[in-house]
Amino acid sequence: MNSNQVLKRNRSGKVGQAVSAAWPICLGYFPVGLALGVLARQAGLPWWAVGMMSLLVFAGSAQFICVAMLAAGASLPGIILTTFVVNLRHGLMSSALAVHLSGASRRFLAVFAYGITDESFAVNMVRFRGGNWDRWRALIVNHLTNAVWIAATLVGALVGQFVPQGAFGIDYALTGMFICLLVFQLQGRIHILTGLLAAVISVGWYLLIPGDSYIVGASMTAATLGYFLNIRRRRRSP
Amino acid sequence: MTFADYLLLFGGMGLVTYGPRALPLLYLARKQLPQWLIDWLALIPVAILSALLAPSLLTDAAERSFALGKPELLAAIPTLIFALKTRSLAGTVLVGMLLFRLTGMFI
Repeated sequence: MNSNQVLKRNRSGKVGQAVSAAWPICLGYFPVGLALGVLARQAGLPWWAVGMMSLLVFAGSAQFICVAMLAAGASLPGIILTTFVVNLRHGLMSSALAVHLSGASRRFLAVFAYGITDESFAVNMVRFRGGNWDRWRALIVNHLTNAVWIAATLVGALVGQFVPQGAFGIDYALTGMFICLLVFQLQGRIHILTGLLAAVISVGWYLLIPGDSYIVGASMTAATLGYFLNIRRRRRSP
Repeated sequence: MTFADYLLLFGGMGLVTYGPRALPLLYLARKQLPQWLIDWLALIPVAILSALLAPSLLTDAAERSFALGKPELLAAIPTLIFALKTRSLAGTVLVGMLLFRLTGMFI
């Protein structure tokens, strides 16, 4: 076997590992992406706008929120501000990933950053921590899942006009995804407590204050309360 | 909305999404964030997801009032149990959709 063949086999092994890591995410993205495309069409977006949104934004939950806000007649600055707040969490993920990407070029990092999502972050971090993972495989995970997401939303947008309103419980796709992502986040008592606080505060905020400030307001309030409760708990039990 | 409106909206959304994803990678790669910020940020995802979910399950959007027993809430309970047991994203989405459809039929 010459060195070229070794290199090739090595590379296909790496690609294979990356694809098998990305596979469960792709499987999850497909129904959710289809649902987004269908709901966007039902909200009156043209199919090309759905593709443009997936390509430029690539953030599942923010895209659903955008469709819901457009359907409710929200203003463009309001939608962009909500997107900013909803996606701020990626900053933390990006900070955590940076540890494993030291030495990568700026161009690599700029391309890599585009594909950071809740799902690819979770998968890549588990693999990085276990060793035997490198930035190229992580990049493949990011961009393969990205491609599946764009394709799924486009397919949803193209078949959207043939899907009757409310068929297959499709209105519930985002709720289902949020429930599962919430479960992924429950890593300890303080997370469960913060989640419960956010639920109570957001419902109260939503009922008392008009507009959409409840998402930002309740999540920042709950995280702050959870942070101080955690400090108190740590002081009590050293 | 015109093509330019959509480009403005999605371009703006893309920028505010890409910024938080890219800036820490590019500029904080070797700097350490203060611990209090790390601890606070670690609670943000669960808080955001809960703040997004709870009002959609527990309130009536049209009247903006408290509502207990919506199909969304009834379907959410078994969906949550399924997610806790399986931790499968695709499975949870599909089971949730099916349960929501079934709940809608009986209520």
